[in-house]
Amino acid sequence: MIEAIGLTKRYGHTLAVRDLSFTVQPGRVTGFVGPNGAGKSTTMRMILGLDHPTEGQVLIDGRPYQELRHPMRTVGALLDAKWVHPNRTARNHLRWLAKASWLPKSRVDEVLAQVGLTAVADKRAGSFSLGMSQRLGIAAALLGDPQVLLFDEPVNGLDPEGILWIRRFMQGLAGQGRTVLVSSHLLSEMAQTAEDLIVIGRGQLISQGGTAQFIGGATETTVLVRSPQAPRLAEVVTQWGMSARNTEDGALVISGGSSDQIGEMAATHGVVLHELSPQQGSLEEAFMRLTGHAVEYQADEVNVA
Amino acid sequence: MTLLAVERIKLFSTRAPVWCIATALVLTIGITAGLVSLAARDSRVSAEGTQTVYILGLVVIMVMATLSVTTEYRFGTIKTTFQAVPSRTRALLAKATVLALVAGVVGEVSSFGSWGVARLITGSSATDIVTAAQWREIAGMGLVYAIAAVLAVAVGALLRQSAAAVAILLVFPLLVEQLVEIIPRVGDQLHEWMPFVAAGQFASTADKGLPYGPWGGLLYFAAVAAALLVAAIVVVEKRDA
Repeated sequence: MIEAIGLTKRYGHTLAVRDLSFTVQPGRVTGFVGPNGAGKSTTMRMILGLDHPTEGQVLIDGRPYQELRHPMRTVGALLDAKWVHPNRTARNHLRWLAKASWLPKSRVDEVLAQVGLTAVADKRAGSFSLGMSQRLGIAAALLGDPQVLLFDEPVNGLDPEGILWIRRFMQGLAGQGRTVLVSSHLLSEMAQTAEDLIVIGRGQLISQGGTAQFIGGATETTVLVRSPQAPRLAEVVTQWGMSARNTEDGALVISGGSSDQIGEMAATHGVVLHELSPQQGSLEEAFMRLTGHAVEYQADEVNVA
Repeated sequence: MTLLAVERIKLFSTRAPVWCIATALVLTIGITAGLVSLAARDSRVSAEGTQTVYILGLVVIMVMATLSVTTEYRFGTIKTTFQAVPSRTRALLAKATVLALVAGVVGEVSSFGSWGVARLITGSSATDIVTAAQWREIAGMGLVYAIAAVLAVAVGALLRQSAAAVAILLVFPLLVEQLVEIIPRVGDQLHEWMPFVAAGQFASTADKGLPYGPWGGLLYFAAVAAALLVAAIVVVEKRDA
């Protein structure tokens, strides 16, 4: 379990993270979402004790990172796949990490096989493609068989196959009861991977909770109805406190009620329905609405003549 | 011991250190061989005369030592290092120790190698190591190299930039320490207390009229290196990785 308590980080005059508190539970993938520059990477570096918080603290299983007995066996992390010496082979990169964590050499071959890099183990890490570097980073994170795993934007720049592989991999790790925290600036990506979401903007917590709940709450759910007696139906649902508006092609968009309720009302009042379909609002829309004023580097509206 | 093994693996799993070691040895032993063969015809070469270019090997080894830190910053592996070893003090001490040991061995190979090649070329017993001062100079070269490596690790950790660290470690002993002498009034005294001047007192048999003896010079050199290492540790612990 990861626990952030009033985490604050200031770089000069810039407040990167502001009074951030959250918990990450074991046994599930937790998505850490926010626009670029929201403070996700800074927070992850503080979890690993690389950056010192200006205020507050972050605990892993109740202890700060510096006080962990076997840090790499407790927390595995992939913050940047480029953090390898380009002239060192993949195997040697893992070999010194294994040595530092009192792990046997055989563990290096195990994780290389696990991420599918056995064939290129003795190639220079600098010659790796982004996808291969990403796999090497994951191998390093898995080396100590840790219960807590952190991944910073792991799917950035990957092809669809790589994205799918990483997504399944993280879900598999969570399925084994591990704590998995994954950051991304893409909510739609996290919606498919994570069960819990921590949403931040400008270094502040915007929301924490279940993914489905967040999406349900953040996006407006509406029901699209087609009926030859549309005006009659609109009248009925309005009486029950819902609101209805006409679309350009003569359909009704009703908000404030579920499709079940609307269907039952139509039946009660003898209204014929040709279509009754719940509409899920777009995730990007919801994300923009929530974090819109919390974007660090906002572009001006561009006037296209 | 584990951390020493970690730093050893890191050092020898890239090619740069191997090249630096080879360069240091070729420079010192090679140039000594050249100088001796030129001089051998008309003059006698003494044991201390085989150690005149030790500073060339020394700066190359310092470059190796400082790069072992700055490349970690350059490629971000310093963050991986501190993830694996959250005690930055221990991580830096381990690195300084490994570099000092490697530099010490290179220093010994360089000094005895230079002497040996000179002895072979001259074929004269004039080159034999006889006096205690000659033994100290040649057998003690490893100590000078080891201390210089610690100093270079500290400079690398303080500056984090390869170019800046290498420039300072080349320019300071080779130029700055000589140039301070031209400063009016204080120049001479300043020159006497330059760290590599002090190290040079140990690495030679001539009395240069300094306010300290050879061992005093080595001690002073070590004190400067230790002070820099302590400063580096304090700074590295304090700042974000």
